[in-house]
Amino acid sequence: MRDVAVLGVGMTKFGKHPDKSLVDLFAEAFFEAFEESNIELKDIQALYYGNFVGEMTDGSGNLSGFMADEIGLRGIPAIRYEGACASSSVAFREAARAVAAGYYDIVAVGGSERLYTAGTEIGTRALATAVDGVYEITAGLTFPGVFALAARLYAKTYEIPLEELREMMAMVSVKNHKYGAINPKAQFYGKLGDLKVEDVLNSRMISSPLTLLDCCPMTDGGSAAIIAAADIAEDLVDTPVYVRGTGQSSAGGLFRQKEDIIRAIPRKKAAEMAFKEAKMTPKDIDFVEIHDCFTIAEIIATEAMGFFEYGQGCYAVRDGVTSIDGDLPVNPDGGLIGKGHPVGATGVSQVYSVVKQLRGEFKENPVKNAETGMTDTLGGDFGTLVNIILSIHRR
Amino acid sequence: MRFVDFFNALLEGKVIGQKCLDCGSYTCPPKATCDNCASRNLEAVELSGKGVIRTFTTTYVAPSGYTEEAPYTVAMVELDEGPWIVGRIDLPNEEIERLGQDLIGARVSVYGKEFPTEPFYPDKKRRVVPMFKVEGLR
Ligand SMILES: [Zn+2]
Repeated sequence: MRDVAVLGVGMTKFGKHPDKSLVDLFAEAFFEAFEESNIELKDIQALYYGNFVGEMTDGSGNLSGFMADEIGLRGIPAIRYEGACASSSVAFREAARAVAAGYYDIVAVGGSERLYTAGTEIGTRALATAVDGVYEITAGLTFPGVFALAARLYAKTYEIPLEELREMMAMVSVKNHKYGAINPKAQFYGKLGDLKVEDVLNSRMISSPLTLLDCCPMTDGGSAAIIAAADIAEDLVDTPVYVRGTGQSSAGGLFRQKEDIIRAIPRKKAAEMAFKEAKMTPKDIDFVEIHDCFTIAEIIATEAMGFFEYGQGCYAVRDGVTSIDGDLPVNPDGGLIGKGHPVGATGVSQVYSVVKQLRGEFKENPVKNAETGMTDTLGGDFGTLVNIILSIHRR
Repeated sequence: MRFVDFFNALLEGKVIGQKCLDCGSYTCPPKATCDNCASRNLEAVELSGKGVIRTFTTTYVAPSGYTEEAPYTVAMVELDEGPWIVGRIDLPNEEIERLGQDLIGARVSVYGKEFPTEPFYPDKKRRVVPMFKVEGLR
């Protein structure tokens, strides 16, 4: 397999875009990535596009061809990837694998989604299409519901009083909003930067024990990246960011995973696969962009990826280990909570943040001496899990 | 076993699952393969319909199609035979808020309740929800 590198990245401002279509959002992100890639349009051989619920939010499916045509790539193979919230991470991983295998030299990848504009009821139902469509949705299980179930089970299993766990969960929201508030591309840029734990605890209850501020927002947005074989990338750009390892895993419904929902076994498998491919361990990772769709989700993720022991992730947050000046900065771009979560665009937006950090271009909230970063994207109730390790060092 | 068989039985007060003739474990709701060993050597059986609450959440913001029913409390129950199922606790919301985490571990019996279906639900005639009746409450 060949080494693969990222040439360029782009993302729209995350937030509310009632005046931009799924195509508009993707095209905007794509051209930002294209402009910094030093290639011509005709060099791009295929498009890997992630979108989750275009049918429900925009009445639009079969999206990949429209995306390719919009950006001037009529006729190239264009494929839509759907893995719920991990859609564009799946697209990125498949794109990287195709280049690594030598099938393509340069490809475009990205995603777009419009959940904010769709409104809360449609948005909540659209997101709920990622739970088991027969046995879970019938009870009205929502996405906040999935992680609320996990939060209560976490408290019970690790014998932490629920109120104590809620405070530590709130610290995730405080941290991620602090970083989101200084990221100009974030949905909450300039907002909620000085949130207090009490504000999170006392905000509106969504699905007990998760309040509104335990949840990431509904978001519209687009993201894109252009990747190439490493040898080609080194001739094109000053600082190629190498795709060192990727991993992916799957699972069925929550009820099939039982008590493992707080151990996120598919994430453990995906992360181990990525570490193995990168010939690295968690100690080699300088910072992570993690799928904090809910506060408890970030805590569970840091444990399953191997950064902390099971049941200890909450204390890492409390003790500042996951802050930007801690041992393992988590979500310095604000994460899904502070930056926003345009589902199908989220995974590649995490790649965007990691690439910008590694190039030293993340001016607002730089991680000191960052050479290797990792993304973590969760689709559904652990049904699709993708991890990507990126580094300025070629293997 | 078809998904409707599970829900039809539930409306008759029965929880049906599958016993694996290879490893002896139980799968519920039904699946094409044993949830433990992936064997297809399965036999439909009636389960006890009893179990314990392992976790739960009261949903205040419901999806389109479910808003009339909110707030409602979704729970995962571990059946005595081992499988976990998703359903709702049939207590009033105030009672659930009062009990909080103490509901975890409470014994329940399972029955089915019919609700109106919604455009995206696979059964276009009706939607059946497994309901959990908490035992031993005054
Ligand atoms: Zn078996």
